[in-house]
Amino acid sequence: MKKMKEFINSNIRQYGMIFALVVIMILFIIITGGKLIWPRNVSMLVRQNAYVLILAIGMMFCILTGGNVDLSVGSIVALVSAMSGMLTTTMGLPSWFAILISLITGLLAGIWQGFWIAFVKVPPFITTLSGMLIFRGIDNLILNGQTLPLSGLYVTIGTGSVPDILPNTIPEFLRVGDFLKLQNKPEYLNATMLFVGFILSIVYVFVVFLTRKSKKARGYEVPSMQSVIAKVIAFFIIINIFSYWLAMDEGLPIMLILLVALYAIYTFIATKTIPGRHVYAMGGNLKAAELSGVNTKKMMFLVYSNMGLLAGVAGIVTAGRLMAASPNVGQSFELDAIGACFIGGASATGGVGTIWGAVVGAFIMGVMNNGMSIIGLNVFWQSIAKGMVVLLAVAFDMYSKSKSRLG
Amino acid sequence: MSEYILEMRNITKEFPGVTALSNVTFKVKKGEIHALVGENGAGKSTLMNVLSGIYPYGSYSGDIIYKGQECRFRTIRDSEAVGIAIIHQELALSPYLTIAENIFLGNERAKHGIIDWDETNKEATELLKTVGLNEKCSTQVRNIGVGKQQLVEIAKALGKKCELLILDEPTAALNDDDSEHLLNLLKRLNKEQGLTCIMISHKLHEVLSIANSITVLRDGKTIETLDNSVPVSENRIIKGMVGRELTDRFPKHTPKIGEVGFEIRNWTVYDPLNEERIVIDNVNMKFRKGEIVGLAGLMGAGRTELAMSVFGRAYGTKISGTLIKDGKEIVLHNVEQAIENGIAYVTEDRKQAGLIHIQDIKSNITLANLKQITNGFVVNEDEEIVIGKEYRERFNIKSTSVFQKVGNLSGGNQQKVVLSKWIFAAPDVLILDEPTRGIDVGAKYEIYKIILQLADAGKCVIVISSELVEILGITDRLYIMNEGRVVGEMKTSEATQEEIMSIIIRSSAGR
Repeated sequence: MKKMKEFINSNIRQYGMIFALVVIMILFIIITGGKLIWPRNVSMLVRQNAYVLILAIGMMFCILTGGNVDLSVGSIVALVSAMSGMLTTTMGLPSWFAILISLITGLLAGIWQGFWIAFVKVPPFITTLSGMLIFRGIDNLILNGQTLPLSGLYVTIGTGSVPDILPNTIPEFLRVGDFLKLQNKPEYLNATMLFVGFILSIVYVFVVFLTRKSKKARGYEVPSMQSVIAKVIAFFIIINIFSYWLAMDEGLPIMLILLVALYAIYTFIATKTIPGRHVYAMGGNLKAAELSGVNTKKMMFLVYSNMGLLAGVAGIVTAGRLMAASPNVGQSFELDAIGACFIGGASATGGVGTIWGAVVGAFIMGVMNNGMSIIGLNVFWQSIAKGMVVLLAVAFDMYSKSKSRLG
Repeated sequence: MSEYILEMRNITKEFPGVTALSNVTFKVKKGEIHALVGENGAGKSTLMNVLSGIYPYGSYSGDIIYKGQECRFRTIRDSEAVGIAIIHQELALSPYLTIAENIFLGNERAKHGIIDWDETNKEATELLKTVGLNEKCSTQVRNIGVGKQQLVEIAKALGKKCELLILDEPTAALNDDDSEHLLNLLKRLNKEQGLTCIMISHKLHEVLSIANSITVLRDGKTIETLDNSVPVSENRIIKGMVGRELTDRFPKHTPKIGEVGFEIRNWTVYDPLNEERIVIDNVNMKFRKGEIVGLAGLMGAGRTELAMSVFGRAYGTKISGTLIKDGKEIVLHNVEQAIENGIAYVTEDRKQAGLIHIQDIKSNITLANLKQITNGFVVNEDEEIVIGKEYRERFNIKSTSVFQKVGNLSGGNQQKVVLSKWIFAAPDVLILDEPTRGIDVGAKYEIYKIILQLADAGKCVIVISSELVEILGITDRLYIMNEGRVVGEMKTSEATQEEIMSIIIRSSAGR
């Protein structure tokens, strides 16, 4: 029992986040009368909030270096979408090429800021505040107040789904959506989505058990079998339910593939590579990290350059979803991303936080965004609600830290 | 009223998983200087935090009787209100405020909420006179040294009309002169104003010279209270602290000295904040494999600056000179290169520059040599756990597991983690800056054993220490530094404390 308590204490932050996500979801399911989890709305939620997740991943690294943020990401999103509009619509270049150039633009914006932060030692807050103004200005110069339409690959990324290559192969009895009255077109299930989800969950199970076995064989410590089984079953169920849900709509959003890939790549970088470890070390104690051979300048430069690149990705995704490059896109995106990180358990002084946390935080933001839109709450109230959630999340963080005396 | 100004009875304080104090009884007579000694983690600071209200009433069990009244302090303000003041090891002064502002911080001289600056300055000046600090009260605190800051802290306590002053390791960061000044001041305040003091200290000679009574804590329990009016011996106290007699403070050792492994030639460094000021002036040193070389000197002699400038230019500007390792010149532009070339520097400032407190033991140990556990691009976390365990066992790091955050370890165990980190980095040249600062006697012995093992493994070991006893006890040869220059070199077996001091003083006078 005592062990259990210790376990909960040491993991309260991690599980607290998921608990909060579940509570907020249930709350909105109730007040939207179930509309929040209509398959249509679930896939909308993923698409509409992808930018939060993408930006939050990059922002998490900024925060990890020592509580630094990047205020310019919303403007970079706008700049990148303006570039996209100019290159495709005005100049008539192919969209794959425009995407490439736009991504490089985002990366250059990040490199610009990384240079001032890392090598000239201008505080990140000020550098990115200035970037916020500069990039917004360039965006407006390019678009000159106009909104340019986007098409081709942009729209595919922003709104497309993987086509169903196995149509009408799902047996009748599996179509429980009909029975649950959860959707608007109950006669259809996307078999490809179900198939991909199922394969993924099976692969997941195998990977978990194989890693455990090989670790054990090499004499490393492994978590207990029961906890592994519990975790595997939970994830297996969650992955399949989620894919079932998406299958009731249009199937696998291309955006989701992108998000999963980004999540996987950046989790890997954060936890398994030397640069990742160095970022955590910097945030924990800059001086100690420096004296342990961490090249802190280089790390700052890389983290902010990467943030620019990810803001570029978010820009393309956003432009694609809106099917247009408009001058005012991306406003207050930086606050959504920063909020997601802090809701997701990042420490305001750096050194603590996970990519997983950023994802959960982004989901909480997304559920709130969509839930409040569905019930038609006006945007002013939406803003107040989001502000309160960020505040409470961090307050909870402080409270749990003082309880566990770890920190 | 009894002769005791303070009685703490049956104090028990528990943290999750640890009992920090169990049934501690601690009595202080009115008008005495009472020393509280014990190993790190014995519970001294915890006991004082209970007394001063940092751990509020209700978070511990037991009674506190102060001047015959039972006290239930909920905050520091409660304890200050009855005249108890605490000065922590880390000074709590605000660097950009003046001395006067600091003295009356939280205790402002004000009329109707408006600060009376004339009164503030007048009283501050008087208090400064009382503590013997010859500075203007309008000087910013960041502009005075640690020793003087300590005096400002005392003035601040006196300004609160304190009758019971608690000092946590007041001399830990001070050099010998400043320490002596501080101790004399305490004696004077004690005699003239009847100030009662509780002093936590690891420096037993200071304790013996100043305290009337000495209470020894061990593992959260009161072991004994000794009356120092009949002189007590250091060994007697150590026996109480560690529960056994320590016959030798330093492990026995026969050095196996090899050829020269590392050499510093014509090394000159300037102050990064003031490029005109020379900090290290043409230093030449040689270090042999398997030899432990001490750098002796007063604070500010330039020993830390020398070490850090050698360690990949972590300090200093306009650095010139050559480093020769194993007969070849090496050029180091940054710390990364220094580590790659087999040089390690263990900082004197464990807390600020040595450890990442929010991370666990294993991650701290591997930080300086992550490449070792990386295959290609991926950090092998399992291997990291294995390594963490290995060092935890080898150096007897007292902890619940390698997953424990280092911020929750005692000073001695933290130092073992820092040493593990640098030993894992597999250096050939190891510079240890104040390796036993703020560490208790038992843990010191263990650290010395580690240092000797390193020398026996054929490494060049360089020890910087402000405690001459330590330099004489552990090294084979020593350099004496003063004002950025090498002013003497001798075999440790031929050196005495007096001789070293006189060389330092003569070199200062000769300039």
